[in-house]
Amino acid sequence: MTSKSSEKTGSQSPGREEGGRRPEARSRRNFLRSSAALAGGGMLAAGTKAAAAPLAIPSIAHETGRPIPESVYGMPSKFEAHVARRRTDVFKNRQNWSDWSMSPLQHQPGIITPNGLIFERHHAGIPDIDPATHRLVIHGMVRQPLEFRMEDLVRYPSVSRFHFHECSGNGLTDWLKPASTTVQQTHGLLSGVLWTGVLASTLFEEAGVDPRGKWALFEGADSAGHARSIPLEKVMDDTIIAYAMNGERLRPENGYPVRAVMPGWEGNVSIKWLRRIKVGDQPWHLRSETARYTDPMPGGKWRQFSMVMEAKSVITNPSGGMDLKGPGFYEITGLAWSGNGKIRAVDVSVDGGKTWREAMLEGPVMDKCLTRFKAPWEWDGKPAVLMSRAVDSMGYVQPTVKDLQKTRAIVGFVQHHNAIQPWTVNAKGEVRNAIGQA
Amino acid sequence: MRSVKPELILACVAGALVLAGCAAGGGGMAAKTASGIPLGMTGPHEVAALPDRPKFGRPISEADIAPWNIDIRTPDGLGLPPGRGSVAEGKTVYDTKCIACHGADAKGGAMFGTMVGGIGSFTTNARVLTPGSMYPYAPIIFDYVRRAMPMDRPQSLSANEVYAVTAYLLNLNGLVPAGAVMDAASLTAVKMPNRDGFLIDDRPDSAATRCMSNCN
Repeated sequence: MTSKSSEKTGSQSPGREEGGRRPEARSRRNFLRSSAALAGGGMLAAGTKAAAAPLAIPSIAHETGRPIPESVYGMPSKFEAHVARRRTDVFKNRQNWSDWSMSPLQHQPGIITPNGLIFERHHAGIPDIDPATHRLVIHGMVRQPLEFRMEDLVRYPSVSRFHFHECSGNGLTDWLKPASTTVQQTHGLLSGVLWTGVLASTLFEEAGVDPRGKWALFEGADSAGHARSIPLEKVMDDTIIAYAMNGERLRPENGYPVRAVMPGWEGNVSIKWLRRIKVGDQPWHLRSETARYTDPMPGGKWRQFSMVMEAKSVITNPSGGMDLKGPGFYEITGLAWSGNGKIRAVDVSVDGGKTWREAMLEGPVMDKCLTRFKAPWEWDGKPAVLMSRAVDSMGYVQPTVKDLQKTRAIVGFVQHHNAIQPWTVNAKGEVRNAIGQA
Repeated sequence: MRSVKPELILACVAGALVLAGCAAGGGGMAAKTASGIPLGMTGPHEVAALPDRPKFGRPISEADIAPWNIDIRTPDGLGLPPGRGSVAEGKTVYDTKCIACHGADAKGGAMFGTMVGGIGSFTTNARVLTPGSMYPYAPIIFDYVRRAMPMDRPQSLSANEVYAVTAYLLNLNGLVPAGAVMDAASLTAVKMPNRDGFLIDDRPDSAATRCMSNCN
């Protein structure tokens, strides 16, 4: 990770974008412009240097390019091979079936994660399921148990919705002291996805839920048979039985041919390779919702059914492992999201949290969705500590680790880490993870 | 906007939602279920399906679903099948099909850590999570072993084998005697030490404020 932060975002700078912006965002931008001038007081360095030599004519200008194949699935440039999903090298599993891989957020502009880079979490590896033989059943406390084939599911009226998707364990290696180097390692169990499918409520209404039904068990067809108990209110509100992501059918590692999507909730409840839904009048209390995916609390207790992912943000650029190329202008940018609604604001600090200024939110700002924030920064070459702090539409303010320590037991394998992430920048421009240090 | 069957909505939403927070920017609400489970923000949502409700589901009988119907409602054991297995039989199953990954006497092996001990450890910072220390209900072991174990051949054990290996794990954790035999009734009756160890999600549990200057 040696890229200069402002080169990797691939987005327009805040000052250039005019069309369609909401008045609120315009005033915010003006605020940023004035505050940046106050803070930096200097000219932007970019574009002021003379070119060192006449431009060479590259050989590609003299050669015909590659022809268009008859049929092909396009792949990224060979020069982008470093942008890859990676298993963690911080928390090492001794097997590779119940394991995870992480999204390279430091290379992601915008709010959508390409399908080949969406994080993975499996409990028994990736099954390859033939959609022609796959079946989904709804049964239990329903008027009529139903079987659905893929050809049935795609005929229903569909919805496409943008949502963040985050593992409850995102950040679990980095609570009290830095273990990870990059934002891919600290926050890469996070992706932004446009999900397409049929609303679960459509299928449940067709099956006819017994009025005594209060919960539904969602179960996968993989060999873990991973399953979770879900309150019917969530099922009927916004759960999607999804068969497509980002404009194509699900990838095998993300649940092909069909999965549940429970927007704003911890990833593992969005059961992949969905084969069975059973309606009942109480939760099942399976291993997955007692011994796993619960949170240690003081006094030896465990917090259960903590499924909502609370508001969180992280600066993805500059972020851990990067090297700034000397003093001057940098665009601080990152992602914010909340399972409790929309992102209302993101504040950025460059002095370790002593002073904060409001960043620009780059629209669209959507419910339970990644939101891109940006703030100009004139680095003076002195040590700095970069932080971001999200505020959501419920008014919830992203906490620090110290805030969370007041109520939770932060020891061991601890989930639901939504605390502020500090990155330090030293005088050489090296950006380092400073969780628990700053 | 959407045509839905009133009785279903009454059953599933209106009777159970408890509004718990302020109105959100998008018009949605933070809500909890009647049993206090936080739902996060709920609708209305900006993107909705068309109001038409075609019916493409194919009726199927519970009998035809039975081969997939493997879940156990663990607090009362609903779904536990007929069958039985002893601690001694469980050791034989374990030493044949489980030991390679979990190690001798379930103390941890090549791929996974211990499944024994940890009872009483949760009040210390060295929490040891095992079926004995963590599971609030003994039928969880049956449900999980049947659906997911052994990892290289899940759903291959007979009901008697699952009862037996469950009995063996409970015995290694000191929760049933060496002569114990587990079946639907005896397994459900086992009192687990972490039975009352869980709290329903009570977040938000932080009160951070939006300080802008002279903070810390």
